[in-house]
Amino acid sequence: MLTKRLIPCLDVKDGRVVKGVQFVDLRDAGDPVELAAFYDEQSADELVFLDISASHEGRKTMVDVVREVAGTLAIPFTVGGGINSVDDMRVILRAGADKVSLNTAAVLRPALIREGANFFGSQCIVVAIDAKWDEGLSSWRVYTHGGRKPTEWEVTDWVKEAVGQGAGEILLTSMDQDGAKTGFDIALTRAVNSVVTVPVIASGGAGKREDFADVFLQADADAALAASVFHYKETSVAEVKETLREKGVNVR
Amino acid sequence: MIGIVDYGMGNLHSVSKALERLNVPYVLSGDREELAKCAGLILPGVGAFADAMKILNERRLTPWLKRWVADEKPLLGICLGMQLLFEESEEHGHTAGLSLLPGQAVRFRGKTRAGRRYKVPHMGWNKLNYTQPEHPLVRDTERGHVYFVHSYVVEATTSEVVIATAEYDGDVPAIVGRNHVFGTQFHPEKSSHLGMQLLRNYVTYVQERQASDQ
Repeated sequence: MLTKRLIPCLDVKDGRVVKGVQFVDLRDAGDPVELAAFYDEQSADELVFLDISASHEGRKTMVDVVREVAGTLAIPFTVGGGINSVDDMRVILRAGADKVSLNTAAVLRPALIREGANFFGSQCIVVAIDAKWDEGLSSWRVYTHGGRKPTEWEVTDWVKEAVGQGAGEILLTSMDQDGAKTGFDIALTRAVNSVVTVPVIASGGAGKREDFADVFLQADADAALAASVFHYKETSVAEVKETLREKGVNVR
Repeated sequence: MIGIVDYGMGNLHSVSKALERLNVPYVLSGDREELAKCAGLILPGVGAFADAMKILNERRLTPWLKRWVADEKPLLGICLGMQLLFEESEEHGHTAGLSLLPGQAVRFRGKTRAGRRYKVPHMGWNKLNYTQPEHPLVRDTERGHVYFVHSYVVEATTSEVVIATAEYDGDVPAIVGRNHVFGTQFHPEKSSHLGMQLLRNYVTYVQERQASDQ
């Protein structure tokens, strides 16, 4: 049986992990390679690296990071942030990433998803979506530019469009829950999961172990992504998996 | 020496890195003369079956690989590379494969017999069940999970070629093989410790075979 996946997310700026793991005895808590190996040992199922570099040089450094991580890591990893063209995708995938994630660039030009899927296969193309509840819409609205800009898209419409264009997976972040640590957005995850046949990764809101069980059991998410809850040792990947097993969720 | 067949389709980097971690010498090449010097080959592959066969045909690698196998040399296909070993795929109509193993690749139906929808691609970690536990490819390995990403599934004509399966709307052939032609539907190079053990087993098989030939 296919297992539910746990995915720690690492923010990388100019080649260094920011908000890095604070608790383990690492020689260098800002080293993406060392952190990646640490999470692999913890039985993380995949990793996501989000490049938050603002500069061209910073993004070039990211390519070196990807190459180095790919040389040591024996689990899949996705790279997102600042990917705006097929060329950007090619550079990151050639460096050894398994998937790229597109966000703002895909909303601005949905055909980019199609182009990426045609060149590299749908399995490489993750579409990341930031969504926030909107009273006027009576649903969730899609935002771009790191959650700063509202778009015209209602979330299930955008998800259907993205998958129609060839997205192989959806990384769904709830802006309402992000940082709140009160659990994943079950209703949002359910709404998106019900309109697509590709895997959905729930993100935003993880605060304790049980939150992961809830999003798997109540929204049937395929994977759950979290950052600070793992980095700051509020819980660990291994502990979350133990709780999931107790609650009957199938994990590796 | 292991030869990784470079024909422009696939995550060659991660396969070569995995061999480096195992301290196994390899060449990465699409050149038949270069590859001919190797003791065993790995055929990786990500993407569409029809595109992959088109390139293999254009570069005359199709007859060359058939000859390689006829000469009783080891070959391991990974992911799409495994599906290419079979007779055909229903992707984009029908496309002929390398026909080294009996069977075909068909798309996951996306719905169980009972009518329940399920996700396609089959993406993530799934547990291996060994149907031939004594096979050299799986011998002395822990039973565990490996990483899959695929939308097409092989229907082998005979269960004799199935070495391990994973459960996803039925038994999905996960490791296949006959004589010295093998395939893994999952990505051993992305499957943590167990994946590395399985790759190591293939390399050992190649090396032992080479030693007994000399």
